[in-house]
Amino acid sequence: MTPLLEMRDVHVTYATAAGPLPAVRGVNLSLEPGESLGVAGESGCGKSSLAATVLRLQPPNATVRGSVLVTGKDVQTVDWGQLRALRWGEAAMVFQGSLHSLNPVQRVGDQITEPIRLHDGSVSPARASERVGQLLEQVGLPAASARTYPHQLSGGQRQRVMIAMALACRPRLILADEPTTALDVMVQAQVLDVLTGLVRGLELGLLLISHDLSVLGTTCDRVLVMYGGRVVEQGAATAVFDHPQHPYTRALARAFPRVGDADARFSPAGLAGDPPDPRNLPSGCTFHPRCPRAIDVCSTHEPPVRWPEPDRPVECVRVEGAETAPGTAVAAGR
Amino acid sequence: MTPATKARRTALLSTRGLGVTFASRDGAAARAVDGVDLDVGSGEVVALVGESGSGKTTLARTLLGLERPSTGSVEFEGASLQTSTRGLRAYRRRVQLVLQDPTGALNPRQTVYESVAEGLRIHKLVEQAQRAGERVVETDLVSQALSRAGLRPPGGFFLTYPHELSGGQRQRVVIAGALALEPEVIIADEPVSSLDASIRGEILALLLRLRDDLGLTVLVVTHDLGLAWNIADRVAVMYLGRIVEVGTTEEVLLTPRHPYTRALLSVVPEVSQQEPIVLVGETPDPRRIPAGCRFHPRCPAYAGGEAEAAGVAEDCRTRDLPVLAATGDHRAACWLTMPTPKP
Amino acid sequence: MTTAPVLTARQVSWRRRRASAARTWEQFRHRPSGVVGLGILVVFAFVAVAAPLLANSSGLEVTKATGGILESPSTSYWLGTDENGRSVLTLLIWGSRVSLFVGLLATAISMGIGTLVGLASGHFRGFLGAALFRVTEWFLVIPFLPLAIVLASVLGRSLLNISLVIGITSWPGTAMLIRAQTLSIENRPYLERAKVLGSGHWRQMSRHVLPNVMPMVFANTTLTVAIAILSETTLSFLGLGDPLRVSWGTMLDAAFSTGAITTGAWWYIVPPGVCVILVVLAFTLVGQALEEIFNPRLRERS
Repeated sequence: MTPLLEMRDVHVTYATAAGPLPAVRGVNLSLEPGESLGVAGESGCGKSSLAATVLRLQPPNATVRGSVLVTGKDVQTVDWGQLRALRWGEAAMVFQGSLHSLNPVQRVGDQITEPIRLHDGSVSPARASERVGQLLEQVGLPAASARTYPHQLSGGQRQRVMIAMALACRPRLILADEPTTALDVMVQAQVLDVLTGLVRGLELGLLLISHDLSVLGTTCDRVLVMYGGRVVEQGAATAVFDHPQHPYTRALARAFPRVGDADARFSPAGLAGDPPDPRNLPSGCTFHPRCPRAIDVCSTHEPPVRWPEPDRPVECVRVEGAETAPGTAVAAGR
Repeated sequence: MTPATKARRTALLSTRGLGVTFASRDGAAARAVDGVDLDVGSGEVVALVGESGSGKTTLARTLLGLERPSTGSVEFEGASLQTSTRGLRAYRRRVQLVLQDPTGALNPRQTVYESVAEGLRIHKLVEQAQRAGERVVETDLVSQALSRAGLRPPGGFFLTYPHELSGGQRQRVVIAGALALEPEVIIADEPVSSLDASIRGEILALLLRLRDDLGLTVLVVTHDLGLAWNIADRVAVMYLGRIVEVGTTEEVLLTPRHPYTRALLSVVPEVSQQEPIVLVGETPDPRRIPAGCRFHPRCPAYAGGEAEAAGVAEDCRTRDLPVLAATGDHRAACWLTMPTPKP
Repeated sequence: MTTAPVLTARQVSWRRRRASAARTWEQFRHRPSGVVGLGILVVFAFVAVAAPLLANSSGLEVTKATGGILESPSTSYWLGTDENGRSVLTLLIWGSRVSLFVGLLATAISMGIGTLVGLASGHFRGFLGAALFRVTEWFLVIPFLPLAIVLASVLGRSLLNISLVIGITSWPGTAMLIRAQTLSIENRPYLERAKVLGSGHWRQMSRHVLPNVMPMVFANTTLTVAIAILSETTLSFLGLGDPLRVSWGTMLDAAFSTGAITTGAWWYIVPPGVCVILVVLAFTLVGQALEEIFNPRLRERS
């Protein structure tokens, strides 16, 4: 069976005035229907660049190498007609700033109708508005809210409208780039609830991007951790969050402490230094200047991939584990 | 000495019956802060926790003299906060602010040096010290503040502009600017929420270190309970302009009494934890504060019949709760936990 | 980060200023349109300053005119002569002095009033801000030309007065612009930080708001110079200029009233017109280049 989304050795490089900027440097992943995949990382780690390639939304100065397959079709090479069909019908995106992504002078319902009618010109207005009502109810809003304007809604409600819009053409894959970043914890919980409900109920694939590992830990089945444009660790979400292996993942997991964890009390954990500048990446392992466990070899050699357990590749020389993928590695491994 | 007596004896910054009301466009008054008694003891780290619309930021701004209280008062060292220009200026030397977004908090046209030296120049601290016979120069004070904030070597940062720094470094510059005045209190409004995850811990550790080394008192305003667990001695939970639960961090976060605190704790995204209690309804509106307990329309204990069973459902709907007194004990403003004097 | 040399506050600020001036020039150098504009301005400034060396001032006096009436360009009169037999080139060279002087003086007046009123009406909430805003609006809706004509005729026709008239009538646009910019900067967190550090109104305005509206002021200045020179031309053309001095505007006025257009004496009309256009264009080019440099948001895009 073809996965909903498959990436093979994807590289994204931006051409800038100051020279090439490698944002993504060789990422492999695959996503099945009914599965949710989280991508964790900090600003500049390449997670948003990666997501943009799925819908070929990367800016014109970006070069994409490798293949990005959505239901088996290579997004980067299909013609315009197919790309358009793919953009709403196969995969849709929920953006971060819901206030700026919605048109302030158009009713919410009309904005959801737009992709429906663009996608299928034969839909009658009555059918379209019926569908809008269904969609709004699917994300936990009353159907009547189709008649409101974005400013009449709260941040959480607007974010749900964005999700309803993404669902408009019955896509099988949803991409959500920091969908809850600007929201309060309670509203964040509501929005994440809606997303997980959709994945289960509609057998959708969800690619969720966030800087908050704990959000991904609760919402996703699998998690990829990115640093300096590469996936440094991946595995089952609970495993990655509860027993992080890579020193960077450990730092990320500790950054959002568990209430009640005695180790975190009065000892906030962080990493010295800043995320690397993609233009000027450190030699060897890109994480070594900040790594609390770095040894000499880290600054000179690229880190090997180790499998401390099956389906858990980690790019770190300090991690104990098999040197090759044990047994039949899931397509995601490298 | 119990925490209670300790807090009472050394309260440095406190509010009594504080209320801040804004007139909104449609004429309805928004009671952003609606009766708050809060004590922040000397050398204490207090976290003020709440959702947006809870009034936590307004409370912080009022503590800094940026908003005028409509009722009640802000007290510093037991004396009411002066509202005269001169009084406020003297006060602000001792109570400083660290804002959420360090990128916006620095003037893009000022170098790091100027940003940090600004407070010194406004308060003429160098001149004052020199008149007192001390041999100080501004450069030394700026260097000192920068290294205290973890920017070393300080001289290397003097001529840089904010846009040349990373987010974490900018936040350190903001903190250095506040430290240059050698304040006694720092009020930090979401100090790490716009920073990268790996930087967060470093900034929080810096705040803790400043408390330990300089005896600084810190009030952190945040929506993040994990942050409170990381650094706070005491936690106050705000809902719709009131403090609904207050106590030591362990008391409030490990044995929460108020249903709202419990709900907040349950939605902190953590793996393998209790079932999240996702509250229905949206962020509360300070222009329409419900009668009775202000939380009852969203309260899971009220909706779930717990209040009914305890015989306080009527109170929840109709009787206003008293303002929680700042005694330092673990208290919650909830009819379920309060001794109800029957008429 | 290099190791820290011990620096005094003055050294720090001096270094910084020098560094930022060098940086600005470096960026300006790479903008061809700005460099062209600057080149044109340098030429005109040179001509205006060196006018006595380039053309004898006696050539301005009607009684000492040597040429024929409205002679076409020749080797002795490169740009022909006017209706009194004076060399158009001499008039043009001396006229540049007056036009540039009035343009710059009027701009200084307009920018001064506009910036001050704009800043104050944006910064002060309450009565003062509202009152200043009303005054600005009031001046903005008064039609420019009638007011200028009335003022010019009341004050008398002199260079200083005409600059004053243009300055007084053109500041509200600047004030509105500065006010809008000020309001947006007032909402930035660094103003809150400045307040909490203890800054008073003056410091907030001079250290935080003004430096951040300066790019707008700068860009606007160059545009205002352009408008002021056009206004001077207009007023002079309407006969409200200083009768004792030759400017490009009075030349156009004279050319028009002697019927240079109908007689085909293009050399009398085209040169002052082209000069006005060139100077206005040059100021605009320089202004745009500076705006790109000073406005970080525009810089990122380029």
